[in-house]
Amino acid sequence: MKWKLLTLLVLIITTIVVISSCFTKSSGDKLPEIVSFNFHIRPILSDKCFKCHGPDVNKRQGQFRLDIPDSAFAPLKETKGAFALVPGKPEESELYKRISSTDTSYMMPDPDSHLGALTEYEIKLFKKWIQQGAHYETHWAFTAPKKIPLPHVSDKDPIAIGWVKNEIDYFILQKLDERNLSPNEEADKERLLKRVSLDITGLPPSVELMDKFLNDKSANAYEKVVDELMNMPQYGEKMAVHWLDVARYADSYGYQDDNIRTQWPWRDWVIHAFNKNIPYDQFLTWQIAGDMLPNATKEQILATGFFRNHKYTEEGGVIDEEYRIEYLLDKTKTFGKGILGLTIECAQCHDHKYDPFKQKDYYSLLAFFNNTKEKGYEGDVSQSKPAKKPLINISDEDVKTVLSFINKKDTGTMTVSVMNEDTLRKTFILSRGVYNMPTTEVQPGAIPAVMKFENKFPRNRMGLAQWTVDRRNPLTARVFVNQLWQEIFGRGIVKTTGDFGMQGELPSHPELLDWLAVDFMESGWNIKKLVKKILLSATYRQSAKTTDDKLKKDPENIYLSHGPRTRLNAEFIRDMVLASSGLLNKTIGGPSVKPYQPKGMWEAATSGRGVLATYKQDEGDALYRRGMYTFIKLTVPPPSMIMFDASNRDQCEVKRLKTNTPLQALIMMNDPTVLEASRVLAQKLQGESSTPEEKITKAFRLIVCRKPSDKELSILKKYYDEQLQMFRQKKLDAMTTIKEGEYPLNEKLDLNVSAAIMKVVNTIYNLEEAITKT
Amino acid sequence: VRGVDGNIKIIFMQKEILEHGLNINRRRFLSRLSLGIGSVALGSLLIPDLFGGGSEEELAVTGLPHFAPRAKRIIYLFQNGAPSQLDLFDYKPKLNEMFGQELPASVRMGQRLTGMTADQKKFPLAGSYFKFNQYGEHRMWFSELLPHIAAIADDLCVIKTLHTEAINHDPALTFFQTGAQVGNRPSMGAWLSYGLGSENKNLPAFCVLLSKGKGNGQGVYSKLWTNGFLDSIHQGVQFSSRENPVLYLNNPEGIDKEDRRKMLDNLSALNEESYKEFDDPEIHTKIQQYEMAYRMQTAVPEITDMSKEPEDTIKLYGPDCLIPGTYAANCLLARKLSENGVRFVQLYHQGWDGHGNLPGEIRGQCMDTDRASAGLITDLKQRGLLDETLVIWGGEFGRTNYCQGELKKDNYGRDHHPRCFTVWMAGGGVKPGVYGETDEFGYNIAENPVHVHDFHATILHLMGLNHEQLTFKHLGRRYRLTDVFGKVVNGLMA
Repeated sequence: MKWKLLTLLVLIITTIVVISSCFTKSSGDKLPEIVSFNFHIRPILSDKCFKCHGPDVNKRQGQFRLDIPDSAFAPLKETKGAFALVPGKPEESELYKRISSTDTSYMMPDPDSHLGALTEYEIKLFKKWIQQGAHYETHWAFTAPKKIPLPHVSDKDPIAIGWVKNEIDYFILQKLDERNLSPNEEADKERLLKRVSLDITGLPPSVELMDKFLNDKSANAYEKVVDELMNMPQYGEKMAVHWLDVARYADSYGYQDDNIRTQWPWRDWVIHAFNKNIPYDQFLTWQIAGDMLPNATKEQILATGFFRNHKYTEEGGVIDEEYRIEYLLDKTKTFGKGILGLTIECAQCHDHKYDPFKQKDYYSLLAFFNNTKEKGYEGDVSQSKPAKKPLINISDEDVKTVLSFINKKDTGTMTVSVMNEDTLRKTFILSRGVYNMPTTEVQPGAIPAVMKFENKFPRNRMGLAQWTVDRRNPLTARVFVNQLWQEIFGRGIVKTTGDFGMQGELPSHPELLDWLAVDFMESGWNIKKLVKKILLSATYRQSAKTTDDKLKKDPENIYLSHGPRTRLNAEFIRDMVLASSGLLNKTIGGPSVKPYQPKGMWEAATSGRGVLATYKQDEGDALYRRGMYTFIKLTVPPPSMIMFDASNRDQCEVKRLKTNTPLQALIMMNDPTVLEASRVLAQKLQGESSTPEEKITKAFRLIVCRKPSDKELSILKKYYDEQLQMFRQKKLDAMTTIKEGEYPLNEKLDLNVSAAIMKVVNTIYNLEEAITKT
Repeated sequence: VRGVDGNIKIIFMQKEILEHGLNINRRRFLSRLSLGIGSVALGSLLIPDLFGGGSEEELAVTGLPHFAPRAKRIIYLFQNGAPSQLDLFDYKPKLNEMFGQELPASVRMGQRLTGMTADQKKFPLAGSYFKFNQYGEHRMWFSELLPHIAAIADDLCVIKTLHTEAINHDPALTFFQTGAQVGNRPSMGAWLSYGLGSENKNLPAFCVLLSKGKGNGQGVYSKLWTNGFLDSIHQGVQFSSRENPVLYLNNPEGIDKEDRRKMLDNLSALNEESYKEFDDPEIHTKIQQYEMAYRMQTAVPEITDMSKEPEDTIKLYGPDCLIPGTYAANCLLARKLSENGVRFVQLYHQGWDGHGNLPGEIRGQCMDTDRASAGLITDLKQRGLLDETLVIWGGEFGRTNYCQGELKKDNYGRDHHPRCFTVWMAGGGVKPGVYGETDEFGYNIAENPVHVHDFHATILHLMGLNHEQLTFKHLGRRYRLTDVFGKVVNGLMA
C-alpha cells in the first residue's frame, strides 16, 4: 500500500518536473539562429560524452574522443567507413544517429553510464549544428577576453530611456530586451543606502548617514555616499571576508587535536591590502611569491601566508611525507580554484575528464610549491607551536614600522607560517595521486591549456605569479571580477564561480564579463575602481521588487530585471545586530575572539588535548567584535556562523550557499547575542525623550534601515502596548526577560518598559528584511 | 492522493496545476527542480506542506528511492577511535598460542605502519586477554566483554572483513563518513537526507549525538556530519539529551510558548507586508522556517524527555540511560528520534583508541556500551521497528594483532590496523550471520572482503538507493558517496 503510494508520488513528481520545465527553460524550445559550439554544443558534449570520449586517455572508449576536432572528424576506428561528424549531414553522422536512437545497444550515451539520454531539444541542437557545418571553437574561458563595443540598446522601451548609468547597463539591457523583460527603476533611497552600505562595509548605515543621504538632493548624492563608504576602514574588512574563504583562513590547525595557531597577522594584512587598494596583480604576486621579490619586505613575505593557511596534522603516528604531499595538493587546489576558477585537482589522479589538463600538468603546477622545507609532521600536539616552518618572526619593532597594520597588543616576538624557497626538490607524477607512488619527474610549469608558460617566466613561484597576472592570462581577471560580481549580486556572471572549465556553467553575460575583465586590467587591476563601477550602475541600483511576469520568465533573476535581494552572510548578520544596537566594537584586526557560544560544544568533540579543549569565552569589549573575528576552530567552527552558511574553512571555497532553515530562525529568536542587543538597544531608546512610536521607528530604522510603514508601525505599537500591560500586570516577568548578556543593565529605568521595548526590538531583528539586502 | 486510481488523479492534478497555477512557493521550488534529484527531498525538508494535500502520509513520502527500500531509517553507532576486533569479535586462538612471538613477515607483507609503531624493533603477537564463547544459531564468537550483544547474536550480521586505506583517525573517520579521506564532501547522513528527504515535519532528517567513554579519545569533527556541497538543510543537527537538546532551541527564560506564538504571529504579519511589496518567495520560505522552528520547540523536548519511559525500557538500556550525555542515553534518544521519523541518527562514542592499557580501557568502554547497544536492538524489535531500521555498530579501522609497547599477559596495546576489522549490522534487510573471514593471525582477509566503498554502496542499497545514481553535480563533476568505486555486497542482505 505504502509502496503504491510512493509510486504514485513519483509519478506526480515526474509530472511536476515536466510542467516545471516550462518555467525554467525561458529560452523555450526555439532553436537559436546560429548554434554555437561553445554555448550550445560543448556543454552537452562535456556533460554527456567526455567521460568516455574526452581528454582522459585511460577511460577513453573505442579510441574515440570528441573534445578535439581532429579525432571527432576522423574516420571511426570501430565502425568502418563511418564518421562521427559529417559537416552538413546529420543523417550521415554516427554521433547524431546514436544520440537520436532508442536502441539500447546502439544509443549514446550508453545506458550503463547512467549519464542519461539527451533531451529532444538537445538532439535538435546537434542536428542544426551539424547542418551548419559542425564548427569547433576553443573553450571560451581559455581565450583572452576582449572588449567589444557596447551593444546597441532598443530605444523603444520607455523604461530603458534614461535608465542607463554606465557601460554595465548596456550589456544588461541587451539581454533583458531579448527576453522581453524590463529593468526596474532605482530603489528608494533608504533601501539603496542599506544595500550599498552592506556591500561596501558589511555594516548597516548609521542613522546620521541615512539622514544625510535622504536630505542630499544633489544629482551625485549617491556617488558621494559610495565614496564616503569606500573610504571607511570597514571596507577592507568586508572585502576580506570573501578572501578568507578563498584562503581557508582559520585559527586552529584542524585534524584531530586541532590546536591553536597564529595566522591572524596574515588576515590583518588582507584587510590592510584592500583598504590600501593594492592592485589585484600585486595582491596576488605578493601572496604567491612575495618572499621572492627583490629585497622582499616583511609585508611581502607575510602575504605568502596565503599558502600556509591550510590544515596541519598533529596526530601522533602519521607519516610525514603523506601529509607533506597532502599540503601540496591543498595549495595547488586553492591556487586552481580560488585564483583561476578551475577544477585542476581533478587531474591529481588521472588526466582531467573534461578539461584539457593532463595529470602531468597538475604535478607541474604542484612543483612550484614543492621547494620549501615544510614538513608533513612537526610533532604531536604536545609540541605544538603557533606557526610551522618556514616562518617569519614579527617583532614589536616591525609592528611599529613596516607592519603597522598588525593589531598586536602583547609584547614579544610572534611567528607566522609563510612560504620560503629554501630547498630544491624533485617533483614526480604520483600514480593515482598516492604520495608514495612517484612515477615520472616533472618540471615546474603552469597549465598550458590556459596559457603557455613561456621561457621568459622563471620556473619558480615568481614565474607562476608573473604567469598568473600576465595580461594575456585569460582567467585571472575574469575569475576575480566574477567573484566580486557574485558577492554583490548573489550570483556570478558565471554561476559556477569555482569552475570556468567545460563543465562549468556558461556566463549569462559573456561580453559583459569580458568587458569588465579587460577594463579591470586596463585600470591597473584597480579593485576599488571596479567595485565602484558596479555599484554606480543602474543595474545595481534597481529596486528589488519583482513581479509574476519576472518570476515566470527568470525565476533566478539571472538577467537582472530587478535588483539583488539576498540574505546577509553569517558574519554580517552578527555585525548588523551589534552595530544597530550600538554594541559593536569597531577594533580592526588582532587575535580572534570567543564570543557567546552554546555551552559544551568544544568539550563534547575534543580529544582533550591542546589548549582548545575547552571554550574560554571572552569578556567585555571582546564580546562585541565583528563576526569575521570570531575564533574559527576547524573541528568545531562557530555554530551560529555555520548555520548561516559560513565556510567551515576546511578547504578553499569561492561561493557560499544561501539557505533558509529552521535553525536560523532559532538563532535569531534565542541567541544571547541577539537578545542582549535587543535589550541594550531597548534601554538606549528608553533613555531618549521620545514617544513609544518614535522609539519603535528609530529601532526599525537602525535595524531595517528604513522608516516603518504605518501598518508596520501599528502592528509593532500594538504588540508593545500588549507586552507592557503584561509586564505591568506581572503576567510576564520583566526582570527575567531582560537579564540576557553581560552588558550592564540600567536598573534605574522602568524595567517593565525596558522589557516591552526589548520584545519589540527582538521582533524587528527577526524580520526577514532585517537580514536581507533589499 | 490516497489509494485511488493514479492516472485519473494525476490528470486531475495536472489540470488543477495548469488552471490555477502553482502557488508561489511551489513555483519557486520547482524552478529549482532543474537541479535534478534531491530537489524533491529538499522541498520536503524546506516546506513540509509543499505538496499540498496535507495528509500525513503524503507529507511523509516525498523522497525518490530508486527501488523498494529494505530499511527506512538508519541508526549508526559509531565507535570512534577503533575498537579492537581481536578482543571483541574476531577470535584468534593462534595469537594466544604464539603469544609474544614475532609477527611473521609473510603475514605482514610490508603493510605500512603508523609512525607510532614504525620504529618498533619487534612486533610480538598479542593474543587476547579475554575469554571467547560461541552464541546463537550461527555459533558466533564474542568475548566476555559483550554479554548483552552476544545475547542478541541471532539478530546480527557480523562483518569481519571491513577494510580501509586510511591508517590515522582523522582521515579514516572522514572516509567512513563521507567516502573520501579529505575534501569536505557530504556525509552519509547528508546524502540520505538529500536523496530521501524527511519522514516528518517537526524534526531534522539527520541528527548527531556525541558521547565519550573513559578510554583514550580521539575527538570528533563537525565535518563528519557536514552537508559539504549539498544544501545546508542536509547538515547533521547535533542533538543531546542535555538541557538544551538542539542549539538555540530553548526560548529564553521569561518567554513561554504562548508568548512565542504571539511574537511569531506579529512577525508573520510584518513579513507578509514585505512580501506584498517585493513578491520574493524567499520571504514565504522564511515564514515557513519560523513555523518549523516553533514546531521543533514542542517536538524536541517531548522526544528528549526520558522521564516518561517505562521501567522495562530503562532496564533494556541500563540505568545510565537516564544520565544525559551518556552513550546509553544517546541510544535511547536515537530510538526515539528514529521512531519519530528521523532518517539518519548518527552517534559517536569516543574512547576506543587502545594504544596502551588496552585490556583495562576496553573493559570500561564495553561496560559503557554493551548493554545499551543490545538494548537498542531489542527495543526496536519489541516495537516492530527493527525490520525497517538499519542499525550499524563499528569504528573507523581495526587494531593490530601485535603489541604496541610492552607486552604482558594482562596488559598490552594495539596500533591501528586498516586491513581487516569487524563491524556489525542489525535490522532493515540485513542477513544475520557472519560474513567474511580473516586469516588465522587476524591480520589479513582470507575471504569476502568488504571495502568501505562497498559498505556504503550496500547501505544505500538497503535504503532503496542506487549508489551510482545518487549523485550531485558540483564544480563540473557528478559526486557520489562512493566516489567512483563500490559494489553492493549481496551476501550481507537477507
